[in-house]
Amino acid sequence: MSSTRSHDVTVLLIEDEAEIRRFLRSTLPAHGYRLYEATTGSDGLAQASARNPDIILLDLGLSDMNGTALIEKIRAWSNMPIIVLSARDQEQVKVQAFDLGADDYITKPFGVEELLARMRAALRHANRPVGDAAEPVYTFGNVTVDLGRRQVCVSGTEIHLTPIEYKLLTTLVRYAGKVVTHRQLLKEVWGPLHVEEGHYVRVYMRQLRNKIEADPTQPRHLVTELGVGYRLRTE
Amino acid sequence: MENQRPDPDALLRRVQAEEAEQTRGKLKIFFGATAGVGKTYAMLQAAHEQQRDGIDVMIGWVETHGRAETEALVQGLPVLPSREVVYGGSRLRDFDLDAALSRRPQLLLMDELAHTNAPGSRHPKRWQDVRELLQAGIHVYTTVNVQHIEGLNDAVAQITGIRVSETVPDSILEQADDVELVDLPPDDLLQRLKDGKVYLPDQAQHAIKHFFRKGNLIALREMALRRTAERVDQQMEVYRRDHAVVATWPAAETILVCVNLKSRGPMLVRAARKMATGLHARWIAVYVQTSKHLRLPDLERSQGVETLRLAERMGAETATLTGDDVGAQLLAYARSRNVTKIIVGKPLRSRWKEWLFGSVVDDLVRGSGDIDIYVMTGEAGAGKPLVAGLLQPTSERRNYGYAAAVLMACTALSWVMAPYFGQANLIMVYLFGVVVVATRWGRGPSALASLMSVAAFDFFFIPPYYSFAVADVQYLLTFAVMLVVALLISRLAAHTSQQAEAALIRERRTAALYAMSRELITQRGVERLASVASRHIQDVFHCQVAVFLPDRDGRVHLHRGDALHFDLDPKEAGISQWVFDHKESAGHGTNTLSGSESLYLPLLGSHGTVGVLAVRSSNPAELLAPEQLHLLETFANQMALALERARLAEETQEAHVQTETERMRNAVLSSVSHDLRTPLATIVGASSAILNTTRPLSIESQQELVRSISDEAGRLDRLLKNLLDMTKLEAGAMQLRKEWHALEEVVGTALARVKSRIATHPVSTAFPDDLPLVLVDGVLIEQVLINLLENAAKYSPPASPIDVTASVRDGMIVIEVADRGLGIPQGEERRIFEKFYQLHPDREGGVGLGLTICRGIIESHGGRIWVESRSGSGSIFRFTLPIEKNQPTVEPEQNGLDRAAT
Repeated sequence: MSSTRSHDVTVLLIEDEAEIRRFLRSTLPAHGYRLYEATTGSDGLAQASARNPDIILLDLGLSDMNGTALIEKIRAWSNMPIIVLSARDQEQVKVQAFDLGADDYITKPFGVEELLARMRAALRHANRPVGDAAEPVYTFGNVTVDLGRRQVCVSGTEIHLTPIEYKLLTTLVRYAGKVVTHRQLLKEVWGPLHVEEGHYVRVYMRQLRNKIEADPTQPRHLVTELGVGYRLRTE
Repeated sequence: MENQRPDPDALLRRVQAEEAEQTRGKLKIFFGATAGVGKTYAMLQAAHEQQRDGIDVMIGWVETHGRAETEALVQGLPVLPSREVVYGGSRLRDFDLDAALSRRPQLLLMDELAHTNAPGSRHPKRWQDVRELLQAGIHVYTTVNVQHIEGLNDAVAQITGIRVSETVPDSILEQADDVELVDLPPDDLLQRLKDGKVYLPDQAQHAIKHFFRKGNLIALREMALRRTAERVDQQMEVYRRDHAVVATWPAAETILVCVNLKSRGPMLVRAARKMATGLHARWIAVYVQTSKHLRLPDLERSQGVETLRLAERMGAETATLTGDDVGAQLLAYARSRNVTKIIVGKPLRSRWKEWLFGSVVDDLVRGSGDIDIYVMTGEAGAGKPLVAGLLQPTSERRNYGYAAAVLMACTALSWVMAPYFGQANLIMVYLFGVVVVATRWGRGPSALASLMSVAAFDFFFIPPYYSFAVADVQYLLTFAVMLVVALLISRLAAHTSQQAEAALIRERRTAALYAMSRELITQRGVERLASVASRHIQDVFHCQVAVFLPDRDGRVHLHRGDALHFDLDPKEAGISQWVFDHKESAGHGTNTLSGSESLYLPLLGSHGTVGVLAVRSSNPAELLAPEQLHLLETFANQMALALERARLAEETQEAHVQTETERMRNAVLSSVSHDLRTPLATIVGASSAILNTTRPLSIESQQELVRSISDEAGRLDRLLKNLLDMTKLEAGAMQLRKEWHALEEVVGTALARVKSRIATHPVSTAFPDDLPLVLVDGVLIEQVLINLLENAAKYSPPASPIDVTASVRDGMIVIEVADRGLGIPQGEERRIFEKFYQLHPDREGGVGLGLTICRGIIESHGGRIWVESRSGSGSIFRFTLPIEKNQPTVEPEQNGLDRAAT
């Protein structure tokens, strides 16, 4: 943590609950973030374009605007990472937020450690786009994915993946750290005609885990975001 | 002195009556001895006084008979527009009830209370209009003459020799709030008559002149005065009751009047009423139905029922008894009702008949004991039939024809037999014929057959042949004996067959009623019962049936049951509501809205009307025959009771649910307030200690306090989540978002979620590789697993293992969460799934909802959850999830592409 000097990282918090704002106002600057606050969606949108923050923390339950609509508007012109602060029982909205391009979500109530970890991950992936030819080899844990040579090794041993398994893995790699919804995965791996076939992902994810994870029931990397999708955890 | 205080119950009734009166309109009757005493004039004068006092007075109907004095008084009072009725080509004008009800004046003047309305009006009689006006809260002034009072009708007829057909029930006069006697001495009246000041219709000049004789006028005036005095008596009685004046009359008398004598029934009823009023007694009118009764023509049968209705209108209680021994039936009933006096009519039978068949009066007198028996006379045929036209007498003439035919056949047979058999055998043939006639066609035809058989026997078979002359005198004895035997046989045979028939009819009715009752018992729910009952009624009475059921606001609606076809005339839509509101039958064959094609009966339960039954028959005369009608009413009663029972059951159920909900709510409140306050107390206390700057805490202490704040906040969070889930489950708002899931994924995320809280326990998982996908709401199943895992950790020693396994058994996936903890005591296995049940209330910070939520979720997925003891120690929670038969298909990849990564 000390290695990442984040004194010039700017955070835009769009949140209408004063207590949450107060809590983050007293914690984030202490960790070297510069915090801007907006209490409404329209103010948030204005500040996002004016200040061009490094990361946005967005509460989905805004009074004046639907949080998902805000994501859609921001995504129209920027790829800045957006972390959604959601209450429980909002799976449906959550999925929608991810489909529209949110990077991560955190469920209220949350601890500051957890939030900082999510922010770091989001910033890291934003700063270093994966899946480019520029970086053909991607490593997480003991797994190495060589995108150029289409080769996957676990603990140095090459493993055998079917084309779909491979495509599934590389898609997750491309969005490493981010939650990828079932819909997105289906669209990218099987094509736009199969977006409703949720069970495809489950079946192939099971196969993929069996090949990559040490304990498929308690996976370390191919993490299930129940009801939403999957995420490749890299740390 | 103590017992002279007013009876509280009686006072209560009086208060209730007064309350009802506040909403009811008040009725004032201007009562006179005859026409011409100035009732209308007095009424109009009183109306003007009321108008001066600011009352909204209106004339509903006034008959001025063109008299200037009266017409002058009409001026200045608004008149309700009358209704034009076209009847038989002529135009009539009549009072418009609906206009009055919608205009709602405070006081309405209605002249001639006894008037008969124009055909097609809602009620046949004006007094019925008045009753409805009163019910609607409109005050009414009206006029009536003494001869129009039903109970005095007979007496007036006896005095004057003129019977008026337009009558008003006595109850109207009794229930009137005020009766003002408009009195004019007979001499003055006669003077006015001479001066032409009394209106007399031209066509009846003579009769009316006869009527206005001085003797008549004196008698009528006396009756009017006495009637008014009787009313004052009643008011006095009310006063005495209110003011606790001790009653001086003896214990209440009960009078029973038997109305079996067909034509004199109404006479007896009036006599009984008179006696009852005089004695301040309760009175009951009873009709005894004998098997003979069933053989009577419809017209005669209906007279009994009509007489009972008349008695009812006069304020009697009525009852119908069944049995052939009239005397015994009457006495048994009288004893059961503590009757003190029985009134019967004087028998008109001849002495020898009485000697032969006995008499009801004799039976009564012999068996009466301490009951007084009053035998009344009365001119037969005095009462005109109360229903007419509706019912046709059965054709009996044809039966005599059959009797003659049988006799001819007997004669033919005897003719053939005569050469070979003796005369005694021929007599037997004739007697056989008589028996046949008696059993088939009853007493009259068989009597004819008896006579004919003697005549034919004489004519054809006794010398000299083909002549009624008799050669040998001893044959006369033969004829006499033959005639007596034939008559006796015919009587016995007819009686037997009548009884058999009556029994058969009774049996059929009982069976039909029983069938309906039996089915009603097995049915639940008002709607269902209504359908079943109407189906039975439809079958038994061969008619169309409709049931109207009230909603919460007391509006009735047609109940659309299965297989019911009843084309409801929109014009009749209001009748059902009227019947429901007034608790009286209406429509075809009744006094109200008799123009309707259907008969509407109120379904009267013990606590009020529960609905309305409408029947329409293609053969109304048959349906309206007295026994059929009576049977229909019995069916309606059964139906009403069943409906009421169902309605009460529904209400009880609702009340039960409400108390249960209330109990639950209290449990939640107490449990929640306790369990939420505990962590809150920690948070508030710890944070205030940290905030306290006067005595700063050491960093270690602060850290300690902050940790407990954090822990307690987490606990609060979980509690709230449980409560919210429970609320959703209970409200049925837990919508399942079913998707295909790999079970190990759900277990994986659950383990990840509870990791920090079960950190000390090693968790092992075992899933078969080929576990089918399950169609579930993943988030909810995850919640089940989280709850089970947390429980397992909470109730087992640190570092003890938790095992999660899944397997396929009997078409279900069985998931197990097993621990090495305290285990569940025997007998508690079910209770731990109950709401707010806590096995160790002191130990945990929960509210006893975790397992209840699990059960709710699993059951909503079509699975089952239970707990078993684990061999060794600890417990195993198991739950099942159904495996969908249609597992989703996944297109297999082709092997050729397999090796893509090179």
